Amino acid sequence: MEEDGRVTEAMAEALRADPEPWLAAYRRMLTIRHFEEQVDDLYRSARMPGLAHLYAGEEAVAVGVCMALRDDDYLTSTHRGHGHCLAKGASVDRMFAELLGKEAGYCRGKGGSMHIADQERNNLGANAIVGGSAGIATGAAFSARRRGTDQVAVCFFGEGALGQGLLYEAMNMASLWRLPVIYVCENNLYNEYTSYRETTAGELTARPRAFGIPSREVDGQDVLAVHAAAREAVERGRRGDGPSFLICHTYRFYGHHVGDVDRAYRTREEERAWREQRDPIRLLAGHLLEAGVDPARLERIQEEVMTEVRRGVDFALEAPYPDPSEVSQHVYA
Amino acid sequence: MSTPSAAVGTREITLGQAIKEALAEELRRDPTVFVMGEDVAEAGTAFKVLTGLVDEFGPERVIDTPISEAGFTGIGLGAAMTGLRPVVDIMFGDFLTLVMDQLVNQAAKVHYMSGGKLKAPLVVRTTLGATRRSAAQHSQSLHAWVSHVPGLKVALPSTPYDAKGLLKTAIRDDNPVVIFEDKMNYQQRGPVPEGEYTIPFGVADIKRPGEDVTIVATSSMVLAALEAAEQLAREGISAEVVDPRTTVPLDEETLVRSAIKTSRVIVVDEGYERYGLTAELASVITAGAFYHLDAPVKRIGAMHVPIPFSPVLEDLTVPNAAAIVEAARELCGRR
Repeated sequence: MEEDGRVTEAMAEALRADPEPWLAAYRRMLTIRHFEEQVDDLYRSARMPGLAHLYAGEEAVAVGVCMALRDDDYLTSTHRGHGHCLAKGASVDRMFAELLGKEAGYCRGKGGSMHIADQERNNLGANAIVGGSAGIATGAAFSARRRGTDQVAVCFFGEGALGQGLLYEAMNMASLWRLPVIYVCENNLYNEYTSYRETTAGELTARPRAFGIPSREVDGQDVLAVHAAAREAVERGRRGDGPSFLICHTYRFYGHHVGDVDRAYRTREEERAWREQRDPIRLLAGHLLEAGVDPARLERIQEEVMTEVRRGVDFALEAPYPDPSEVSQHVYA
Repeated sequence: MSTPSAAVGTREITLGQAIKEALAEELRRDPTVFVMGEDVAEAGTAFKVLTGLVDEFGPERVIDTPISEAGFTGIGLGAAMTGLRPVVDIMFGDFLTLVMDQLVNQAAKVHYMSGGKLKAPLVVRTTLGATRRSAAQHSQSLHAWVSHVPGLKVALPSTPYDAKGLLKTAIRDDNPVVIFEDKMNYQQRGPVPEGEYTIPFGVADIKRPGEDVTIVATSSMVLAALEAAEQLAREGISAEVVDPRTTVPLDEETLVRSAIKTSRVIVVDEGYERYGLTAELASVITAGAFYHLDAPVKRIGAMHVPIPFSPVLEDLTVPNAAAIVEAARELCGRR
């Protein structure tokens, strides 16, 4: 972690020298936060069918990693995937439309919250099977290598996926074949409603180590630290040196999903501490202000993001549902 | 009957050779095609079907994997979604149980869930068939499982000709396809033309025309049905053998037409009879030909038991020509 600290310090220096990319990161993180708050509101006001798993609190992970990616790099996501989609560049209005089952959604309303894919940005989709996309991401990396490109693939998953065998099968082959895949473990401390400490034997880092995959453990609330580690992993993948594994310690501000309001498995004090002291957006704002960015600029970003999100919700609410004939389309290509 | 006779440029090769030819031709034709699975390269598969393939295409395109069926099927899927055309080898059909999430929840649904944006041109080659004395975990015929899932296509070749044509079609299809090979019949010989051909999915093949009774048979059971038809002919019963060749898509029209012609139908398949393929096919035929049928459609499938090791027991579990003959006699009032 000491080395990480130095890398983060280098990042902080870069931020002071040129805050623009970090202002863009700030905008993305805020977009995710406001997006998720709106999703919660849509659920509570019974305007959204089904459930959603909110990414609020974990924004620095998706944004820090995706800042290191190009549009043509691949990504696979999870049931808690809105943040990954937005960080990869998806638009708010079509995301909301998908969540409301509307035709204008990324998947014509057929995928919903847990299956958003954005082909234009090589987002191969969120996945409602925990760890279910480990093979797909690794296969995308295999494909990039086989086709002779320098694309990389990022596989996001929660610490709950550490219980799934598929992940280890894929990691084994990724290491054997030196595939340009970055496994990003978002440790938000809870496998659904159970503390990961009750489900996870041994050390987290022992897992990648067993396959000879270099790993880095980072503060997932610090977008500078996440980005520094992600950039290193992406460069390694592009060089043809094989996979990497990042463990990002983070926290979901909401429950497992929007309907998880009791949260008996964790304390309100713990939640408050993370929200008050470890909010990734506030931490980044602190870095930006320290670097001399005008506070008015941050406020303006905030207003613009809120407007964009509000417009996105209005767009989705007014958008038409798919035609009934859609039901049997796209079963086969 | 689409099977070629002794046309010019046609030779007799085995089912195994036909499969290898199909793969070699597609590997040559399309650089995005590759083969991966356990022991496919150096060993040429456990059944020696791909022997020598790696010599022509190299270990970059004929890839030995760890024993990780779910993992390499998932990797195949990811490769399929990003511009390649993988042919994944699952040695025994029984091991499909290990890849069900990747096939059922992932591959089958990618196109639909993405609103038609993503495609998964993935081929899974696997095997079916008992009587190899391989016991309960290496002998099942589980093609009904995957036929049940929308988004997957399923092919069941019964001859070398069909195996080659259907496999080539599977590789060129933009959807995930599971193709089952009858592991007991890799040495079966049959006519295969020298030149390029493919067989469209969803087109049944009348393997033997007849008048009195229709025997709808799949994969391993086509040979049993033909043997039964031969025996029945000696008894004065003319049997028509119809091979659907693909269960998804299914050529309902040809099945129903044959049923209307003969008024009597037997459906035989090596999968478990209960909740199996025979039930679906019988239902399709009954719905389409109800007023033309002399009797309910007769179903013959594998016994509802785990497949036993002991040969005397195993042989009891699998449908055979004698059972088909018996059923035909009964339907034709000849007993």
